[in-house]
Amino acid sequence: MLQIKDLMILMIGTSLVSNVVLSQFLGLCPFLGVSKKTDTALGMGVSVIFVITLSSAVTGVIYKFLLVKFGIEYLSTIVFILVIAALVQFVEMFLKKFVPPLYKALGVYLPLITTNCAVLGVALNNVQYKYGILAGIVNGLGTAVGFTIAIVILAGLREKMARNHIPEPFKGMPHVLLTAGLMAIAFCGFSGLL
Amino acid sequence: MNKIGERLFNGIIRENPTFVLMLGMCPTLAVTTSAINGLGMGLSTAVVLALSNAIISALRNIIPDKVRIPAFIVVIASFVTMVQLLIQGYLPSLYASLGIYIPLIVVNCIILGRAEAYASKNPVIPSFFDGIGMGLGFTLALTIIGAVRELLGSGSVFGNTVMPESFTPIGIFVMAPGAFFVLAALTAAQNAIKNHYESKGKKSKIINVDALGSGCASDCTACGETGCSYRREEMIVETETETVEVVEEVVETDDLEIIDLDKEGDE
Repeated sequence: MLQIKDLMILMIGTSLVSNVVLSQFLGLCPFLGVSKKTDTALGMGVSVIFVITLSSAVTGVIYKFLLVKFGIEYLSTIVFILVIAALVQFVEMFLKKFVPPLYKALGVYLPLITTNCAVLGVALNNVQYKYGILAGIVNGLGTAVGFTIAIVILAGLREKMARNHIPEPFKGMPHVLLTAGLMAIAFCGFSGLL
Repeated sequence: MNKIGERLFNGIIRENPTFVLMLGMCPTLAVTTSAINGLGMGLSTAVVLALSNAIISALRNIIPDKVRIPAFIVVIASFVTMVQLLIQGYLPSLYASLGIYIPLIVVNCIILGRAEAYASKNPVIPSFFDGIGMGLGFTLALTIIGAVRELLGSGSVFGNTVMPESFTPIGIFVMAPGAFFVLAALTAAQNAIKNHYESKGKKSKIINVDALGSGCASDCTACGETGCSYRREEMIVETETETVEVVEEVVETDDLEIIDLDKEGDE
């Protein structure tokens, strides 16, 4: 039986110490593409928290009660990617119909997340590290919170840098990547936490 | 035969997926801590790319247009699972160092991108060689990036020490931040090349300048109709507002000034 303490350590570990973007390089596309403004970055972050937490719960249940039960664990990659894509579509339709305000806030980000490698990455990590369903959900939540922290910080920095003078070749992506690199160094400092 | 050569050249050099198109940057950054890891990852992706391109091309008239993306994903995921099991069985040490990034080949933009852009519209043989060309281009790029990072970060290439004793390895290059710095240098070089050709108004014969830096790292949109976001238009309309334009104006007015870090405080 997992204790609350273990879950807290797992949460801190996945959100800060081995941050999903800055040390595992998953979900780089939205990290670089949707970080121009802080509020859109936050919207993306909240959607990612929502989707990853939900998908780790669903894939955890499917893995334990379908794949393991019938001895077809090797199909996990195919099953997970299809389940995640269908789940995101379903969530989108559900929100559109029943929770319009939430759909308005998150709707535009949802399709972007379908093939986000972070979502599949979390599902596969849960299997690889043999997390149970609850630990898997906490791992998903922690990963997504880590993504949100990173993307909001990057968006804040980019808003500041937008007014600076940048040498011609470094305009656009290069300076954003340098910033992300410096953030990654800063996040290395968290490794002392655990 | 000519067509095959053209496809190979296109994939390896003219539209190199990493150096020119900038597609599939997640695995590129994550696994290039050494040249051998880059090579292994590149070859695994190449195998998946060539085979899935061939199968998708063979099925292109059977798959209904509306469900093509899920159908492509199933084909790709099947090949990825095969490659994963083979690596696990025959190359356990490579499997241990690449880990989760092997199954993640499924969501690599290059593969779905080529399926959508080329294999779903062209016959089997050219599609197969398109996959081989793109795959070898990816392998080449990953190996080069891996070799550079390994050289700077631990003074060796493919595990053989090449730097003199007096060289102190810059450890950061084999750690996560180093990947971002290497990619930043790469994109800056791309920008410089692009600016060079654009200012002269010429086209390069060797690389497709228009496609330079058009992939993931420049913007999620660039993966086209597939990959990260095949419904990005709605998104752009809502999010890309004035900020971008303002930035460009400011930069254009005083183009060549040096970076003035203090200026940000005045805003």
